[in-house]
Order: sequence, then C-alpha cells, then structure tokens
Amino acid sequence: MIFGHAITAQQLFGQLLIGLINGSFYALLSLGLAVIFGMLNIVNFAHGALYMMGAFVAYFLLHELGLNYWWALIGSPLIVGAFGALVERTLLVRLRGLDPLYSLLLTFGLALVIEGLFQNYFGASGKPYAIPPQLAGAHNLGFMFLPNYRAWVIGFSGFVCFATWFLIEKTRVGAYLRAATENPTMTRAFGLNVPRMITLTYGFGVGLAALAGVLAAPINQVRPGMGADIIAVVFAVVVIGGMGSILGAIITGFTLGVVEGLTKVFYPEASNTVVFVIMAVVLLIKPAGLFGKVA
Amino acid sequence: MSANPIVTPAGALPRETRQFAVAFVVMLALIAVAPFVAYPFFVMQALCFALFACAFNLLIGYVGLLSLGHAMFLGAASYVCAHAAKVWGLDPVLAILAGVACSTILGFVAGALSIRSQGIYFAMITVALSQMIFFFCVEAPFTHGEDGIQGVPQGRALGLIDLSQPALLYVFVAVVFLFGFLTVYRAVNSPFGEILKAIRENEPRAISLGYRVQRYKLAAFVLSAALAGLAGATKAIVGQNASLTDVAFAMSGEVVLMTLLGGMGTLYGPVVGAIVVVSMQNYLAQYGQWVTVIQGGVFVACVLMFRRGIVGEIANALKWTSL
Repeated sequence: MIFGHAITAQQLFGQLLIGLINGSFYALLSLGLAVIFGMLNIVNFAHGALYMMGAFVAYFLLHELGLNYWWALIGSPLIVGAFGALVERTLLVRLRGLDPLYSLLLTFGLALVIEGLFQNYFGASGKPYAIPPQLAGAHNLGFMFLPNYRAWVIGFSGFVCFATWFLIEKTRVGAYLRAATENPTMTRAFGLNVPRMITLTYGFGVGLAALAGVLAAPINQVRPGMGADIIAVVFAVVVIGGMGSILGAIITGFTLGVVEGLTKVFYPEASNTVVFVIMAVVLLIKPAGLFGKVA
Repeated sequence: MSANPIVTPAGALPRETRQFAVAFVVMLALIAVAPFVAYPFFVMQALCFALFACAFNLLIGYVGLLSLGHAMFLGAASYVCAHAAKVWGLDPVLAILAGVACSTILGFVAGALSIRSQGIYFAMITVALSQMIFFFCVEAPFTHGEDGIQGVPQGRALGLIDLSQPALLYVFVAVVFLFGFLTVYRAVNSPFGEILKAIRENEPRAISLGYRVQRYKLAAFVLSAALAGLAGATKAIVGQNASLTDVAFAMSGEVVLMTLLGGMGTLYGPVVGAIVVVSMQNYLAQYGQWVTVIQGGVFVACVLMFRRGIVGEIANALKWTSL
C-alpha cells in the first residue's frame, strides 16, 4: 500500500465521522422543524436560537448548579421545551388564523432577541464544555481512532430520531397528532384538546433542538452564534428532504452531513456551499423535495 | 419619469393620485432639507436603505412573497460596483450599472429556482441561496474576505459630476433614490402591478384567467433584485466600501424589519421604516448587541399588534389608500 494513500484513508474516515456528527445535528434540528411544521404549519425561525439555548442551559446546569452532562441531557430539553411551550401559549397563539408568514416573522424576531441577549452577556467567544468522563477516551478501530463521545452522539441521535418517528407514526399519541394535523376541527369534535396538543408539539420540537444543543456542547464550544451558523444549512436540508415526511428529514439530515464531510476531503473550497448547491439541483428536478408531497 | 404623467390604474379615482402627490411633495421637501438638519452621509445611507426596502416591498407587499435573502442582491451589487470602480477604474455610473447587471442576473437565477415554491418554503429557499452567496463572498479572492473592498473612488459621474464633493454626491444619491422609488410606483400602478396584486389575492384565480403567473412573479422578483442591487451599488459609492455586512443574513432580516415597521404594501412605508431603523442603529450603536435585542422586540411587537406598520396606520386613519 502506498503511504500517501493510507493518509488519505485516515483523512477520509475522519471527515466522514465529522460529517456523521454534523448530520446528527441536522437530522435532530430538521426533525424538530418538521414536527412543528406538521402541526402548526409554521417554520420556526427561532430553531437555531433555541438550539444555542439548549447548549447554554447545559453549561449553566454544570457551572451554576453542579448538575452534570447526564442531567443536562434530560433537563435542558425540558427547560427549553417549557420555554417554547410558553412562547406558543403567549405569543404564537395570537397569530392563529392569520397568514403563516406572520408567525415566521414572529419567530424571526424572537431569534434576534434571544441571540442578542446571549451575545450581550457572553460576547462572541465560546465557552468550553467538558466531555463527560464516562465517554472520554477513544477506540482504535484499526483504520481510525473513534472518540467515544462522538460514537455516542451518532448512536444516541440516531436512537432519538427513530424514537420520534416511532412515536408519531406507530403509537396512539402519534395517531392523535396526525389526526389533528389532517383535520383539527374534526379532531376537536372527537373530544381531543387540539390547542394543548399544538402547545406540546411546539415544546417537543423545541426540546429536540435543545437536545441537539446539549449533544453539540462538548464538540463545538458553547457560543451565542452557534445557532445562526447552522440554521441556514438546516433550512436547506428541510427543502431538500421536503416538508412532508418525518423519515425524509432524518435520512436527508444524516446524508447531507456525510456529503458535506466528503466534500471537505475532495474539494474543501466547496464544503460550505455544497448543501446549497444540492438544494438548487433538487429544486430544479423535484421542487417538492425528495420526500415531500407538495411544494 | 417625471415627464411621464402618473398613470392611474383603470377605474382609480384621481383623488388617490392627488394623495400620492401630496405625500411625494412632502418627501421631496424633506429630502431637500435633511442634509442641513442631519449629517449628510447618514441621510445618504438612509436613502440607500430606503431604496433597498422599497425593492423588497415590491415582493412582499404586492406579490405576497417573503424573501429572507435579499441581502444577496444588495451585497453582490455592492461588491461588483466597488470592484468595477476601484480595480477596473470605471466611471461611477457604469460601475453602478455593472452592479445592477450582476444583481439582475442573480435575481433571475435565484427567482427561477425559488418562484415555484410558496410562502414559508419560498422564504427558506431564499435564506439558503443567500447563505450560499455569502460563503461565496467569504471565499472569492476579489472580495478580500473579512477586509472587504476599501477605498472605493467616488470619481466623476458621466465624466462631469465630481462625486467626491458632498453636495453633488447628495444630489446624485437623491436622484437615484427617486428613480428607484418612482419605478416601484410605476410598476405597482400599471396593468402589470394589477396582475401582481391579483396573484397575491388569489393565485389559482389569476391562473384560471389565463395569466402565466410564474412569469409575472419572476418578473417582479427580477425587478426587485435589480432595484436592491441599485441600492447596494450606490451604497458602495457613498460609503466607499463593500463588506460582508451587506451580504450577511442579518441584512436580509433588517430589510424585512424596515418594511414591516413602515408598512408592507404601502409605497412610503419602506422609506419611513428604513429611516427609523437606520436612525435607531445610529443612535443606539454604543449599546452594542442591545440593538439586535431591540430590533427583535420591535419585530415581535409589529407582528403582534401593529401589522399595518407606521404608514399603514396613518393611511388607515386618514382613509388615504394610495400611500
């Protein structure tokens, strides 16, 4: 084997791993967006800001209350999810029945407020968040080193994505949700509390964003700008996958993360733009997205 | 434009034209007085942003399309104009035209990709496309990355008018702004504009009446991109620089805020909104990121209780429909 070739292989697997990690975040975030969109028919522009909030809540839990990573993994999505539910109850609910563009603008303004506040108090620089000791270290797989924490992120987000899909597509709760999406009036007539389902769905979608934030905290630093950086890519992922399907959001998220990683190996100049280029191509061929039903 | 008498849509009352004219005279007077009251450079920048907001409003206000990526047109034209004036040594008017040509082509491509989608989908596609342009501007050598293009010469417009003289530059910018503003007025109050409004109100019906809706939307999108480019290119000459700020996502958000605050779908709303937002940034600059927080708060407040915007509320109170 040629020496140069071996280095390339290591590089390849390294970037593939980073791609899978980013793909996990894309999948969790676009999944949250898809869940919210399905129920509320709005695009949550505050999603990136809430992802950032998730990471910061984990940071506070550790440094202010001494609660470790595992607590944050449960606590942060609950806290941020509750915040999301409050936003839905107090603000978004007033815009029901109006053009969905107004809800979009509201969440956009909300994102500015949240990001501005965090930037005021924490500046633009990042805060380090240590990898939990149980997941420190790495395994030698022969062809590459696999840090345990990264393996955990990929495995755990894959599990959460699957669980969400199962919840929505295969359980009774999911059936109620799908019914309320399909025909809210009829669902209410059957005695289900649709407004409460809407609030909880928004909270759940936001909680998924916060969960992605906690998972990202030990890998990327906790920064006020981390949400704004990722959100445009996540929108492109959603457009590519199409809004219609939960499974589509998950598959597209992971796939595009990997594609981005591979681009970093073969043509690094394009790694920031490749997702957007793919989006343009998909729009030309299939305007509704790969898994979507309507444009 | 002024030689061409203001054309009213079929069936419109001349009273509406008169209301528009009264407001227009007031605006002209304010533009004439402004440089003696406020810092002229600030007024010129505000006029560029006002034109940018008018271009954006053409889409959201009259076609119902929310673009969240309009910074790509402002920024791209700004870079091309700055490069043309500085490196190629073009006359400022030609440099501005080069910038406008660039944003027009970009508008055609971006429009062709996004126009088939609607509502929030359209918004997300424009976000992603403008982010792509942003990364292109970060990487491309001619934009000089974080530094931007500095020290753009103002030169002599048409070889005659020395734009490095503040008074002449002010007149030049005012003329460019008025040209853009009247172009929007003319487009909106033409058969073309009536069809755009029909599409906004009821697209399937417009299709059933035999209009090729996609073409009208694309035409509006390209016109909006071209005017946004005109604003960006002029801004490059006024500020003598082009930077990543003009092409960044935050700029796309600001133009939405200007239009929303001033009044979507009103002719004067974007102008008022732009002046308010630019003044706000100017006077609050010392408070750092609080500006972002305040802007976000204004956004939320506008959406929740003030959806007509400043000019929309005034027009409603006066029962003037053509502002």
